[in-house]
Amino acid sequence: MLPEVRRKRVRAIVALLSVLTVIAMVAFMTLGAKGSWSFILSFRGAKLAALVLVAFSIAVSTVLFQTIMENRIVTPSIMGFDALYVLLQTVLVFAIGAGRLSAMDPFLLFLIEAGMLMLFSNLLYRWILAGAARSPHLLMLVGIVFGILFRSLSSFLQRILDPSEFLILQDRMFASFNAVDTSLLGIAGVVVAIVTVIILRMLPVFDVVALGRNHATALGVDHNRTIMFTLALISVLIAVSTALVGPVTFFGLLVANLAYLILPTSRHAVVLPVATLIAVVTLVGGQVILERVFAFDTALSIIIEFVGGLVFILLVVRGAAR
Amino acid sequence: MIAVEKITKTYGSSVVVDGVSITLPKGGVTSIIGPNGAGKSTLLSMVGRFLSADSGTITVGGLDVTKTPSDELAKRLAVLRQDNHLAVRLTVRDLVSFGRYPHSKGRYTVEDERHVNEAIAMLGLSGLADRFLDELSGGQRQRAFVAMVICQDTEYVLLDEPLNNLDIKHAVEIMRLVQQAARRLNKTMVVVLHDINMASTFSDVIVAMKNGQIVASGSPAEIIQPDLLSQIYETEIKVVPVGSRLVAIY
Amino acid sequence: MKSTLPALLLAGFILLVLAVASLFVGVSDVSLSSLMSGDAKSLQVLLVSRAPRTAALILAGSSMAIAGMIMQMLARNRFVEPSTIGTVESASLGILAITVLAPGAPVIAKMITASVFAMAGTAIFLRILKFVPLRSVLLVPLVGIMLSGIIGAITTFFAYRLDLLQSLGAWMTGDFSVVLKGRYELLWIAGALGIAAYIAADRFTVAGLGQHFTTNLGLNYRRVMLLGLTIVSLVTASVVVTVGSVPFLGLIIPNVVAMMVGDNMRRSLPWVAILGAGFVLVCDIFGRLIIRPYEMPIGAVMGVIGAFFFLYLLLRRTSRAA
Repeated sequence: MLPEVRRKRVRAIVALLSVLTVIAMVAFMTLGAKGSWSFILSFRGAKLAALVLVAFSIAVSTVLFQTIMENRIVTPSIMGFDALYVLLQTVLVFAIGAGRLSAMDPFLLFLIEAGMLMLFSNLLYRWILAGAARSPHLLMLVGIVFGILFRSLSSFLQRILDPSEFLILQDRMFASFNAVDTSLLGIAGVVVAIVTVIILRMLPVFDVVALGRNHATALGVDHNRTIMFTLALISVLIAVSTALVGPVTFFGLLVANLAYLILPTSRHAVVLPVATLIAVVTLVGGQVILERVFAFDTALSIIIEFVGGLVFILLVVRGAAR
Repeated sequence: MIAVEKITKTYGSSVVVDGVSITLPKGGVTSIIGPNGAGKSTLLSMVGRFLSADSGTITVGGLDVTKTPSDELAKRLAVLRQDNHLAVRLTVRDLVSFGRYPHSKGRYTVEDERHVNEAIAMLGLSGLADRFLDELSGGQRQRAFVAMVICQDTEYVLLDEPLNNLDIKHAVEIMRLVQQAARRLNKTMVVVLHDINMASTFSDVIVAMKNGQIVASGSPAEIIQPDLLSQIYETEIKVVPVGSRLVAIY
Repeated sequence: MKSTLPALLLAGFILLVLAVASLFVGVSDVSLSSLMSGDAKSLQVLLVSRAPRTAALILAGSSMAIAGMIMQMLARNRFVEPSTIGTVESASLGILAITVLAPGAPVIAKMITASVFAMAGTAIFLRILKFVPLRSVLLVPLVGIMLSGIIGAITTFFAYRLDLLQSLGAWMTGDFSVVLKGRYELLWIAGALGIAAYIAADRFTVAGLGQHFTTNLGLNYRRVMLLGLTIVSLVTASVVVTVGSVPFLGLIIPNVVAMMVGDNMRRSLPWVAILGAGFVLVCDIFGRLIIRPYEMPIGAVMGVIGAFFFLYLLLRRTSRAA
């Protein structure tokens, strides 16, 4: 149980963030609206729903990933998960053909892709973890280079697919912040709901896993199985966010570390919701400020990349100096 | 002759070398001893112009180390620091050859070649000359670094804890070599040492430092004294004569 | 060490064969017989396109490999090269700046601006390295990759705002199909700098041994660093301005050469130059053949090969340490 002072502080943080979330959402829906309300509400509503799902997926997957890695600098995106998802998408296009693929049921396609990501990320990261777990720097570097490899392979295959219209293909086939794929909202919502239920039931287990392999085993948690299962959950969440808005490298790093910074506890029952709220506020609020106030329509992902990179260097260098 | 005059070096609020003045004679082996944090390496670094002093002057063979052009000084003075961690992949011969750089600026002559071969032979590395440093043991690597400094062929040679990572056999070999270089080649060797008995055995002059200051300097017979050593190292140390030598026991 | 001269001559001969092959591979047919029969069009293609392209490949390949080697000496780290520490990104930022501020500027002005930016970016990297303990070998490339991400984000932001994303893509992905007579000559500067690097080879090797070694041998460490920085920046800028970035080349070649003949640059630099040129020729010829009649830009090919090689370097290291 948390002492009273800390509990108060947590409650204040959650309340403040909830208010900010509501403000951001209302602003997103209403600011600068012109024309028919029913169109605006459904159009913006879909986009808002996508952003919230993305915020949730990234925040939760990052915190869980950092828990099982026992390292607060790595994130699934830094380790190349979303680049792997894009690569799998590309390989599918390559194998089946763009024409036949767009005729396929998008739900089915998403499930296939998410399933493949689960499979490959499990194989790949089990292998990496076996070799590199001893050195966190090696782990990060290997992950980052895998990310570079996946991106290079994707762009290589995309160029083979359509050498002359490579950029157009890229825009049409793959989601990005400028081209949110709202057709997947339904399935994404369902998947996220299922994952949430599972995570809620596992919350105490995550707290134990965060103590490290030895302690967790001593407390009777099957460490290996939990890690593999959590990796699968993370893969699903990454599949959701990447399918909706494409890869976002540093967002998870920012929100997770912000949550650790302001919270007086590392219990997952608190960290996960707070990180999610921070993510929603940043994503939706940031979008509102950039889009409506500065008219910088799609610069948000670029700014996240910039700030995230700075934070990463800071964290890494500070960690090394210690 | 190395003349150090009122040298002070501070890092923030801590004084590492505190107004040190000392004259080291030309020729012979001078050892600098003292506990960790005494300022030995810092002093050596300032003599070797790696660090600039806050105040005071240092001359080596009459040349002011801060004012003499670095490449001129490199022909008179060679310095080897401890902790020689290399990221580059070089052969023993490559490394030793760089000792000739101050003289030939990269255009190696037959004369340079001779110096390189001599230095390699002197440290018993002839069989390893074409091996890469990362394939050698710690002791062999250390000898290669010493060979480079010898190959630089300077009147003055400063070595900062050259016996680190060496087993007794190789440590003794290095110290014999230092002694030979002083006797036969008439060089001035200054060595920072941790091992008092090595200093006692191989030095002509011993300088003892503590807390950034020079506590005592003189011949081994003068310095290897129980009271003095016990005070410097804050540990009870006895001195026993063995043959012609004095051996410290702690 | 046995003399490597015979092997070097053999490598040079293979390079010559590749260069000749490069003259005859491409969309329009140029063959010995068509040239002998006095076909004007063939001769035209050879002189205006193929020969300049081949020259550009050799110049860019050798000079970028040399730049990578110098960079590894300056950073005293095996895992860096201009495209992984921000030099290339800074150069593109420079080209972007001059394209916007002085659109009509001659290409040499572009190159000089790009090199000033490249130098600043690389200097920032070296500055950050002062805070990184020398022995945390893996931290250096990590910081470098993140720094390039940050500079890349700044560049992307402005390119996006100014509607120059497509040009940015061209600078970031090396492509030799744009090389024509009259449009690649800047690369001769890069070639000349490669020769300058050979003249100063000993200085760079000494700098690779560290500041104290350099000072002990009577060299001015700062001046050597500045010389190296200048060469790396000018080479990178000229290559990025004319054909775009050739990623990872400066990582792959110096590492392979170090395994073969070590790091004494007096001996290894000719190897680096020849292997760099040869490797780029092979990759470019491959790019011309794989999706005929289209071309795969060399940047895309190198991205894949380079990332694989980087992983190999990293994981080989662990298996040896284990």
